[in-house]
Amino acid sequence: MMADNQDNIGYVLLRHREIPDIDSMEVYQKNGGFEAFRKVLTQMKPQEVIDEVKASGLRGRGGAGFPTGVKWSFMDSKNWPHYVVVNADESEPGTFKDREIMERNPFQFLEGVAICAYAAGATEAYIYLRGEFWPVAEKLDRQIDALETAGLLGKRIFGSETNLRIITHLGAGAYICGEETAMLESMEGKLGQPRIRPPFPPSYGLFGKPTIVNNVETLTNVPMIIARGAAWYRTIGTEKSPGTKIFSLSGCVNKPGNYELPLGTTFRELIFECGGGVHKGRQIKAIMAAGASSSLIVADETALDTKMDYESVPALGAQLGSASVIVIDDTVGIDWLIHKTVHFFRHESCGKCTPCREGTFWMDHLTGRITSGKAGWEDVELLQDVANQIQGKCLCALGDFATEAVLSGIQRFRTDFELKAGDFTRQGEVRKTE
Amino acid sequence: MSENGKIREKYPLEIEKILSKYPPDQKRSAVMPLLYLAQRDGMYVTKAGMNEVAEILDLTSTEVASIVGFYSLYYDKPAGKYRIQVCTDLSCALRGAEEFLEKLCENLGIRVGETTQDGLITVEQVMCLAGCDHAPIFQVQSGEGLEYYENQSVESGMALIEKLRHEEAQKDGR
Repeated sequence: MMADNQDNIGYVLLRHREIPDIDSMEVYQKNGGFEAFRKVLTQMKPQEVIDEVKASGLRGRGGAGFPTGVKWSFMDSKNWPHYVVVNADESEPGTFKDREIMERNPFQFLEGVAICAYAAGATEAYIYLRGEFWPVAEKLDRQIDALETAGLLGKRIFGSETNLRIITHLGAGAYICGEETAMLESMEGKLGQPRIRPPFPPSYGLFGKPTIVNNVETLTNVPMIIARGAAWYRTIGTEKSPGTKIFSLSGCVNKPGNYELPLGTTFRELIFECGGGVHKGRQIKAIMAAGASSSLIVADETALDTKMDYESVPALGAQLGSASVIVIDDTVGIDWLIHKTVHFFRHESCGKCTPCREGTFWMDHLTGRITSGKAGWEDVELLQDVANQIQGKCLCALGDFATEAVLSGIQRFRTDFELKAGDFTRQGEVRKTE
Repeated sequence: MSENGKIREKYPLEIEKILSKYPPDQKRSAVMPLLYLAQRDGMYVTKAGMNEVAEILDLTSTEVASIVGFYSLYYDKPAGKYRIQVCTDLSCALRGAEEFLEKLCENLGIRVGETTQDGLITVEQVMCLAGCDHAPIFQVQSGEGLEYYENQSVESGMALIEKLRHEEAQKDGR
């Protein structure tokens, strides 16, 4: 048992940590696997499934936190066929939870996909995996074949009228394809570039048809919600953020890894109790709660005692996102850190929107100059200016994401920038005190 | 037709299986899996390979080339048979990935992005691989697919490279 306080609630998602070999179909079935799917197919109407998921309060685990049942209820019932596309493109720096689910508890994930497809009235569900997950996709293909052979997928499942195929599709190395409309474009064999929204995927999705796009972790919750009920699910987590969440903990900690904890657990519990504290005996300086897309949180006592849920983290001027918690110790310069994140976003910008394409390019240059000590304070101001020119001006969130660490970093860790650029003008002259 | 690749000749069953994943009127969706097939043997997609994929899917070669250019796991130029791709993104960098990459290259006598003289190994710096808790981490991409190597040291990385070289030498000796 991991030291992550699972005694009270047990695992909802990372159940392989308490049930050995749950990645075999037999073991999964012995532990109640596919009973939820049987129940929805034989006893529930699609609308009842949607209502149950709505009642559970489950929110999307990919980053946006949108209520899952509500998303499902938006599907346009006048336009058919319907599709489900699973977002398994997990690419946010600091996020590595979906890989563990798919590798270790794959049948619960696949059952969640199947239940979602039934609720959506879809007979085809695609799993879009990032290309790097090639071996995961190969294993899922074999598991899907086994389910078809066992009559749990395919035609007339459980003797009902329901047919379902689950199909894997590999991307090829593009962070942007984690954005749902870019993912749909990519699935259609085009460049992974976001679409203008609205229309949203439940009315205009894959091949122009109504489509539910959900994250791997989101759907892996669903069999447990159906099996144990929405009321049970709501006993975990907080009122507005029910359930458990997998927190991917990385960076300067002693025990990085995935920790499944109730939403509302504090940063302190995750970083110090689960993660064993900051590595090399150092002090904690900053926290990024949502991977590279995060605003930087000053890791003071208030922050450490803040609950990690969809309401409390925004009170710190940050987001929970996909809950990829990166710990930054006191030896790390924030000027270096934002150069890292900006460099990532420059590489991953799809090039469609000018503010993001050009802005990330210039921010990469400016942060590089600053961190190498070749910049003056004007460059820091110019960097802020460029970041502000990106915010809110792009089709998808990538542009905004690229600016979060930059703007919060300069604002909240000003000393780091003053040390690098504060005393000099760009020409290297000593700055006059004002 | 001499400009065309050979995947229809070599992998007809694979092509059929890939096409069956998508609705018949949406076969353009098959472009990404077909490109993996097209670079299986040479680890890059030749002009002829792009033309062939375009023909199978009723696309123009330009459309196929744009896909090759956009996605980072497709290549239009030859390099090493194995691409060792080291993640140096934030979480990995905080755990020594940059030093790892530098020392690995030093040991191989190449710079990042270059290929060893035997043409076998290219070392590259890549973006997040979703293995941040097991840094340093790299993946090895070859025509056959991708594989992760976690919690690496320069020694384990070099041992893997030696193993790959040994295997290739045996293949050549056959």
